[in-house]
Amino acid sequence: MTAPMPISLEVNGERVDAHVLPRLNLADFLREHLHLTGTHVGCEHGVCGACTVRVNGEIVRACLMLAVQAHGGSVQTIEGLSDSGEVADLQTAFRDRNALQCGYCTPGMLMAAQDLLKQQAEPSRDDIREHLSGNYCRCTGYQAIIDAVETTARQRRSRAR
Amino acid sequence: MKAAAFAYVRATSVDDALGLLAAHGDRAKVLSGGQSLMPAMNLRLISPELVVDIGDLGELRGIAVTGDRIRIGALTRHVDLQRSSEIAKHAPLLAEAIAHVAHPAIRNRGTIGGSLAHADPASELPACMLALDATLVVRGKGGERRIPAIDFFRGVFQTALTAKELLVAVELPVAKSSNVHFFREFARRHGDYAIAGLASQAVIAGGVFSDLRLAFFAVGDRPVLAVVANKLVNRIVTPASISEASAALDKELDPQDDQQASGAMRRHLARVLLARCVATLLGRSELAGATA
Repeated sequence: MTAPMPISLEVNGERVDAHVLPRLNLADFLREHLHLTGTHVGCEHGVCGACTVRVNGEIVRACLMLAVQAHGGSVQTIEGLSDSGEVADLQTAFRDRNALQCGYCTPGMLMAAQDLLKQQAEPSRDDIREHLSGNYCRCTGYQAIIDAVETTARQRRSRAR
Repeated sequence: MKAAAFAYVRATSVDDALGLLAAHGDRAKVLSGGQSLMPAMNLRLISPELVVDIGDLGELRGIAVTGDRIRIGALTRHVDLQRSSEIAKHAPLLAEAIAHVAHPAIRNRGTIGGSLAHADPASELPACMLALDATLVVRGKGGERRIPAIDFFRGVFQTALTAKELLVAVELPVAKSSNVHFFREFARRHGDYAIAGLASQAVIAGGVFSDLRLAFFAVGDRPVLAVVANKLVNRIVTPASISEASAALDKELDPQDDQQASGAMRRHLARVLLARCVATLLGRSELAGATA
């Protein structure tokens, strides 16, 4: 039973079939088997948020989920959100406001920020801070990140009018 | 780090899961949301030979109100509790506490059963179960056991569950209109494990507590239902009676030193929480500064 197990799932809209060891976590599966290296691996115990991806529409820690648990599910990574243009405005706001330096946390930050903006059109700075509380950034001091998310929310509201 | 190798089985029913646990005993671990088990496995704190994934057992999911009881299936996720109008109405303490359990990405997978069975003494939900006088429903091959929360938590990561049993649900009394609650924790970052915390539910009549349950967490090897609450019940609370209760509280706690805080700091924070809780519940802000 420690042998590879067959899994079948959807990743960024494409069907993927693979054989994986039970011990393989979803983050490593995405990075090493599918070469989707936008999902970063930081702490590997759920503290840093660098590995945040969407599973069945909800953000999760890819390091705290086994690849075999994703069987039958739908996974979206930062590559998927980026290529589809879903977070293009958020990415622009991050770049304009210098909301990243080394960039290690950025994919996870974008996943978590987009998750908030989908749920709340007009988040306060405290709401943003709370929703991103599970994502560590060691470069920026967070203020610029909060600014970028706040700006994106405001732009989306004015576009929606 | 990465988890050590293990075998993996996706249970198809509760009976199937119990059969696997009966066969493998403490060499097996139950995987529900994985938000406590996976970190422990990745850090190689535990290396089970077999992981029994109960994630597909829909019968263990959901919230049901029957009469004056609310039953929460073990696989109900934190996010489900957070969004539930029934939890907001019938267990408002739990609704408030759940926002302090980790972060959105973790609440999307973590389950109430997983958190309780893991029994981290710094986690919020075990203390809420004590404050709310919950009953934990446990199933084994021989049948079901109903365990009061006060008897369930036995130590750091230790519970009354045997290796061959599964926590299937928790049951809480529905909050009455006379109930009031308080939840507060100190943590370095919102959503992190508490340095010290307090979950409380009470009944107040005529400005006096007729019932007061104070469940402290992160100040011992398990959540503590403080006996000193008795010193504040059925009498007018004064700064002196809070000081007396605070001093006596010290004897009930056994906080550890770690990288986050010393035991002495945790004792201090527990006294601060006691005074703030009593002041908030009674609506008497002048009591908030009263500590031993």
